[in-house]
Amino acid sequence: MRLRLVPKETSFDFFKRWKMWLGISALMMIVAFASFMIQGLNFGIDFRGGTTIRSESPLPVDIGVYRGAIDELGLGDVTITEVFDPTFGPEQNVAMIRIQAQDGQEAVTAELIADVENALIAVRPDIKFISVESVGPKVSGELVQTAAIAVLLAIGAVLIYIWLRFEWQFAVGAVVALVHDVILTIGVFSELQIRFDLAIIAALLTIVGYSLNDTVVVFDRVRENLRKYKQKSLSEVLNISINETLSRTMMTSVTTLLALIALFVLGGDVIRGFVFAMIWGVIIGTYSSVFVASTILLYLGVKRDWSKPDANAGNQYANIDA
Amino acid sequence: MLQIDLWKRITIWLFCIAGLLLALPNGFYTRVESHNDAVAAIELQGATPELEAAASVWPDWMPSALVNLGLDLRGGAHLLAEVRLEDVYASRMDAMWPEIRDALRPERATVGGVRQQPSERGEIRVRIGEADGMARALEVVRGLARPVPTLSGVGATDIDVRAEGDVIIVTLSEAEKLSTDERTMQQSLEIIRNRIDEVGTREPTIQRQGAERILIQVPGIGSASELKDIIGTTAQLTFNPVVSRGSNPDASPGIGNKILPSLDEEGQYYTVESAPVVTGEELVDAQPSFDQNGNPAVSFRFNTSGARKFGDYTAENIGSPFAIILDDEVVSAPVIQSHIPGGSGIITGRFSVEESTTLAVLLRAGALPAGLDFLEERTIGPELGQDSIDAGKIATVVAFGGVLVFMALSYGLFGLFANVALIINIGLIFGLLSLVGATLTLPGIAGIVLTVGMAVDANVLVFERIREELKTARGPARAIELGYEKALSAILDANITTFITSVILFVMGSGPVRGFAITLGLGILTSVFTAIFVTRLMVVMWFERRRPKTIEV
Repeated sequence: MRLRLVPKETSFDFFKRWKMWLGISALMMIVAFASFMIQGLNFGIDFRGGTTIRSESPLPVDIGVYRGAIDELGLGDVTITEVFDPTFGPEQNVAMIRIQAQDGQEAVTAELIADVENALIAVRPDIKFISVESVGPKVSGELVQTAAIAVLLAIGAVLIYIWLRFEWQFAVGAVVALVHDVILTIGVFSELQIRFDLAIIAALLTIVGYSLNDTVVVFDRVRENLRKYKQKSLSEVLNISINETLSRTMMTSVTTLLALIALFVLGGDVIRGFVFAMIWGVIIGTYSSVFVASTILLYLGVKRDWSKPDANAGNQYANIDA
Repeated sequence: MLQIDLWKRITIWLFCIAGLLLALPNGFYTRVESHNDAVAAIELQGATPELEAAASVWPDWMPSALVNLGLDLRGGAHLLAEVRLEDVYASRMDAMWPEIRDALRPERATVGGVRQQPSERGEIRVRIGEADGMARALEVVRGLARPVPTLSGVGATDIDVRAEGDVIIVTLSEAEKLSTDERTMQQSLEIIRNRIDEVGTREPTIQRQGAERILIQVPGIGSASELKDIIGTTAQLTFNPVVSRGSNPDASPGIGNKILPSLDEEGQYYTVESAPVVTGEELVDAQPSFDQNGNPAVSFRFNTSGARKFGDYTAENIGSPFAIILDDEVVSAPVIQSHIPGGSGIITGRFSVEESTTLAVLLRAGALPAGLDFLEERTIGPELGQDSIDAGKIATVVAFGGVLVFMALSYGLFGLFANVALIINIGLIFGLLSLVGATLTLPGIAGIVLTVGMAVDANVLVFERIREELKTARGPARAIELGYEKALSAILDANITTFITSVILFVMGSGPVRGFAITLGLGILTSVFTAIFVTRLMVVMWFERRRPKTIEV
């Protein structure tokens, strides 16, 4: 007996409620955008500049005591958070101390870090500093810029690739779905105020890749079925294609999620934000390739009447042999 | 039908075996690492029995390339430094004054007296007594210019000379600035490398980034500030004539002079001439030693031209104080007692033994041509790195196991084929990572885990296709063939788009992002390879042997 995530034959009508799905997507995007405008992102030091110190002590973390020790130094905005993780032993009480970039300093000063460390050692002699990271404001500004360019470039490159391989309507559908995924992911980071750092950009771009992967597989089937069912309407062809690929879509999403959830639970707190972004991205990416990309394609329509025989008949790679 | 040529089969298996062999050393990481270290040590300093023993823990004929572990996994310090290139322009201009003065001196009849004027950093202003003699003065000063070799054109010289009223302004030309920048960066890299090598840690990364930055990563070092002590000191040593000493840091030093604090006497300031007599660049050796009173000191020796300048100056200025300046602080200012001809001397100050040793190391390794600003520094403790490796390992194993079970349950025998291919796939990724000497970071592990999830996608696409083709009942062989054929375009399109994003990540990203991009990109290449060649070959081989009438996928 085989494990099956979806029945052998499915004939869901994915477009019966397309207005509702687009409405939900639009609403989620508005919420994401509003949240982004109102409370912004909780930028990590990569993008904002400043210093994070990770401390570990056999004694429980007392944020008040830590704060009292550091406040005397007058460093402006200092955030202290205790880190919990199931993989920590009882002797591991970890805190993250974040200090804003100091005014008028382009570079990072060793004295500042030493001062903070000494102040903490004074109240907790057994404390250890297991990582210290400082980013100067000059670099952090550049990092924001490069990150934004990277995301835009990736989306642009993908737009061109799909346009070359398919039709422009497919490219538009795929890119709208992509932008949808990126906005919703940034939205989640804003709403939950999860720290947004350089690694999250990597996650965002992976989501771009993953969501596309899904969309392209569906579109590939649409293109094939458009030739196969010349008499059927576009919405019927789209429905057939999504149903046919549904089993694969679910399989891949589930295996990927399986791997990511293992990493989320067991991979330690250092990369948890990063993995969370990817889990969210896989779910949203799967949803968007079915409900957003295809609906856009349906709305834009596709040129079906090719007077000349299609040069891509069968498919372009069909002659590659093992 | 399902024929694959023998030579193709052999090639595919050879690829897999080569990849797995290359990946194998990573399974015995510490053992191979100590073997590699020992081999490197033997090459450097000859064999000893201990080193031979350490080298023999891993056979020489086996591949021994390892995946580099990033700092987030191994622990260590990371520094991004920006070189203050303008420092060099300024010191070039400071050193220009005696040259200009000496060149104009014989022309006193036409140009009148020559006085240095206050100027911005990186330029020099000289007022001449007779404004009418400007043409001649400019000609003489321009005569000091030296040609700069450039790609763009001939005739470029190193300085720009112009006149404003009776003032001559000299700056470095754009062409010279460009070539100076290049030289400064090369020199800085070289000197940082020398200093880190003197301290002796394993495989530091010292890379130039962009026009004016240097990235330094040293695994295993306890903190970035320790690293900064070693490379953050410019160690610019100069010997300058002393004009006066006093206690007011804001006094007007007079043109061509500067006020510098004393290193060991609080509140003491020296006014010295900006243009040095000799600089540390002319040192050939520096060693820690002791002065006649038994206090720690550093003894040094000049090269021939330095020794001559030093000798001439001391002969002419017996009885005047002479400042030994290290990084804009006066270490000491002894009065010249007698002519010092041999070109060797001793620097005394209130050093501890450690300080004199460090200073000797820094002077020997050479001065950085310009100061460094640290833009970014990260220290990751080794415990955190080990925790991350452990967590990553467990997560990978669990993720891997989950996917294997899930695939076997979903596709039966074909799922097992896909699983074997998946294991080969992971081996190939590690093999390739070792081969290209890429660095594995924590996000890189996430990239591998993601690959595990996505690698099955290509197989899933094929298997789902075969299932569909089976419904139209064309017979198993035909279904398998069509399944592979029809899934191919979806596999390629889907993976090429993801590959594009990983390339963009690699080009634009730095540090952890880049580590992630490498594993993701390589993972895509290997998973496409295993899905369309390896599983297919396994399916074909199984089919040839069994010739089943029906198959179940």
